[in-house]
Amino acid sequence: MLKIEANDSHRVTLTLNGRERSGNARPRTLLSDFLRHELGATGTHVGCEHGVCGACTVRVDGVASRACLMLAVQADGRRVDTVEGLAGDDGPLSDLQAAFRRHHALQCGFCTAGILNSCADFLGRERDPSEAQVRDMLSGHLCRCTGYTGIVRAVLEVAAQRREQRQEERDDV
Amino acid sequence: MSDSSIGQPVHRREDERFLRGQGRYTDDIHLPGEAHAYFLRSPHAHARIRGIGTAAAAQADGVVAVLTGEDLAADGVGGLPCGWQITDVDGNPMKEPAHPPLAQGKVRYVGDAVAVVIAESYWQAKDASELIEVDYEPLEAVASAARALTDGAPRVHDEFDDNCCYVWEIGEGGEVDAAFDSAAHTVSVDITNNRLIPNAIEPRAAIAQYTPGEERYTLYTTSQNPHVTRLLMSAFVLQIPEHKLRVVAPDVGGGFGSKIFHYAEEAVLTWASRRVARPVRWTAERSESFTTDAHGRDHVTRAEMALDGDGHFQAMRVRTTANMGAYLSTFAPSVPTILYATLLAGQYRTPKIHCRVTAAFTHTTPVDAYRGAGRPEATYVVERLVDACGRALGIDQAEIRRRNFIPKDAFPYQTPVALNYDVGDYEATLDAAMEMADVAGFEQRRAEARSRGRYRGIGYSTYIEACGLAPSNIAGALGARAGLYEAGEVRLHPTGKVTVFTGSHSHGQGHETTFAQVVSDRLGIGIEDVEIVHGDTDRVPFGMGTYGSRSLAVGGTAIMRALDKVIDKSRKIAAHMLEVDAADVEYDDHGTFRVAGTDRTLSMPEIAFSAYVPHNYPLETLEPGLDEMAFYDPTNFTYPAGSHICEVEVDPETGRVEIVNFTAVDDFGNVINPMIVEGQVHGGLAQGIGQALLEACVYDDASGQLVTGTYMDYTMPRADDLPSFRVDTRNTPCTHNPLGVKGCGEAGAIGAPPAVVNAVIDALGPLGVHDIGMPLTPVRVWQAIQQAGGSRAA
Repeated sequence: MLKIEANDSHRVTLTLNGRERSGNARPRTLLSDFLRHELGATGTHVGCEHGVCGACTVRVDGVASRACLMLAVQADGRRVDTVEGLAGDDGPLSDLQAAFRRHHALQCGFCTAGILNSCADFLGRERDPSEAQVRDMLSGHLCRCTGYTGIVRAVLEVAAQRREQRQEERDDV
Repeated sequence: MSDSSIGQPVHRREDERFLRGQGRYTDDIHLPGEAHAYFLRSPHAHARIRGIGTAAAAQADGVVAVLTGEDLAADGVGGLPCGWQITDVDGNPMKEPAHPPLAQGKVRYVGDAVAVVIAESYWQAKDASELIEVDYEPLEAVASAARALTDGAPRVHDEFDDNCCYVWEIGEGGEVDAAFDSAAHTVSVDITNNRLIPNAIEPRAAIAQYTPGEERYTLYTTSQNPHVTRLLMSAFVLQIPEHKLRVVAPDVGGGFGSKIFHYAEEAVLTWASRRVARPVRWTAERSESFTTDAHGRDHVTRAEMALDGDGHFQAMRVRTTANMGAYLSTFAPSVPTILYATLLAGQYRTPKIHCRVTAAFTHTTPVDAYRGAGRPEATYVVERLVDACGRALGIDQAEIRRRNFIPKDAFPYQTPVALNYDVGDYEATLDAAMEMADVAGFEQRRAEARSRGRYRGIGYSTYIEACGLAPSNIAGALGARAGLYEAGEVRLHPTGKVTVFTGSHSHGQGHETTFAQVVSDRLGIGIEDVEIVHGDTDRVPFGMGTYGSRSLAVGGTAIMRALDKVIDKSRKIAAHMLEVDAADVEYDDHGTFRVAGTDRTLSMPEIAFSAYVPHNYPLETLEPGLDEMAFYDPTNFTYPAGSHICEVEVDPETGRVEIVNFTAVDDFGNVINPMIVEGQVHGGLAQGIGQALLEACVYDDASGQLVTGTYMDYTMPRADDLPSFRVDTRNTPCTHNPLGVKGCGEAGAIGAPPAVVNAVIDALGPLGVHDIGMPLTPVRVWQAIQQAGGSRAA
């Protein structure tokens, strides 16, 4: 087990959106602060630092996780995916991002990164979600701007699109 | 360009950067050599500071400086100013206490800043703050306005005899009393408008930098109105020459009013950045957001209506006590007065209205404008009272409203509370909302719900608001210490691209899209070639910012005025190039100048090129270049209005309220981008429903401690608390601005709360519940049912 003294600086190396990145972290440095201020990945936002608002949600080894409830040292050696990686480098928006734009699922944009990461994880697991399931998943996030209606519409539409796409792929085979 | 984008749901251009994580919010910005600030805040609601020991903190690892109110005073730093002065019933100015950015002598609410530690890292600053020894002498505190106004209540400010900030009134009290004496019916309600905490998801943040070579300061801050912050800091707090201070509000993660105000941290950081000769940054922790962002609402009101035998309103009498908190925040005094009592006519012809407002200081966080600011409070009073009238007189809720509506042919309509409504059609929005909400089928749905053991109810709210505040001279007469115009600049570049500078600020409202639609349409230049710049006092000439749903009505009109100037000048350039008189050049309003009756035309980019490469140009009579700016001061408020209908089901066993349908049909005047407008309505509804069902800022009255200081205690609306909304518009164009727009940002928060509460009261009528206070949490609803004894009747 890793042992670090309170004031030690620890080298943390992780795979951020497919690229190996490393930086220094104190034991108490939160993953959210490490990503933002050490690695410069400011797309991940911090809204409450107590694990409630969900703005800082990233995917750690594919699983949606609150970056404010995780220490940077705990992410050492792991894969971390953030909003910056959703579309790839300057590529077109992903289907989920494009649906958010189409359905006006964001306003100030501050909570959006976390919500996108939860939705990305959710849609990987739930292929045919109901509106109630989508709202239940979104209840891990606070958005003060949108009233959530646009977000719900976007997520349901992406799920339907992906089902259609899979059906077409099956039909092609 | 032939296809106008006006009225089209153009997808937002700002979304690209937000969806990719490329937004640039204040906390994303880092300056070389920056230090970190941590504010030590009072744990007491009221205490005397007998001394502050900073020696140990100053010697802690990484600490650059520890500064207190004494240091501020020694440097001559002033207090935070209040931007609105109310004159009381006796003609005296309101009581206006000193508001030092760091406490001096006393702390007056939990969260009042006592000292700031500046260190190499955030954690070093925070750790060192624990070494500061503040010798507090705790004093008795008062959190509720009602108790603060009683004899012998602990005084918030020693320099005043009592805690009454002002008593203010509007309307003819004697006439109203006489109308009550002769009324066929009188109905009254006692209501509380619950205190709210705004909770923008981006916490407030600021970074200040002093550049000695230029003797200039730069402040990056989470502001809805950077020019106002610059003006207040420059003229009142720091006395920095205004031209030596740059304020930048980059991407801002929601405001809802709470980021209008000039806050202590902005001034302290700016002052400290010069003192320590380093850029200094600070970002609020969420608990600081809860205790130091200006709160909203907190009114207690008794409202009465006098009616004739047919249910026509004869007179209305309102008594309100408003909690101002410990100090006067920037625009606080205007909220329970000018922005509240003037809206008490609602959509109705009530001929006589009298309102008296008593504002109190308490040992709580300052209260100021929060989405709607005064108008939600007024609408809640009016619509709860109208609902009670309907029930008391046995008149259907839609009918009692229709019976008292200002008819559409009565505009312009002068209310008895100062406002002059320019236009509206209240029947139209109510008709549309009732159809959309399928009111006709409601009783059947109620019966079906009853068969499942649920109580279903329907509630109405037909609201009006006053937006786009207001002619500056009138606002000034009412106590505003600022103008309320807006500035806009339209710069065509030689290549035909356009940069637009607006004094409005977008923190989620989508100005970069909507404003570009307006400019693109008028100049016939593609939206992609029009950039909207906002939020930087070095780039934008001037501005009053964004609040009160004013951006398009006031800021958009300033841009329209600048566009008029661009087109006037372009016409002269075109006349020269086409060798005709300017009077013979027609503009098609979409980018093409034409010699009347011919096919000889010039496009806006061709003219722009000529303006900057003036080889064939009337240099004797016209300056080169094509860059025009305008200020616009509105001639009246705008008056968005609408009808909201809420349908709820209540589980009598648990008291849980479920919103099963929510319909909003609004009149926003002309709509530039219906997608963005719908989004604004959705967000407002979520906040309005949050207030009605979930949100309450609770203080312990005796200790002044904030009980709801985290997201585990303060319930924010989540996706599973809300339905999908059904919204539409029935628009009558505003008569006094060129776009015909009224504003849509606050409507949902204004209209929703009474619709929800009226629906729950309707649902629980059979159980004997006729009154219930916000927020309608399950325990409150369940208790109301138990107290009415209705659970047994069920």
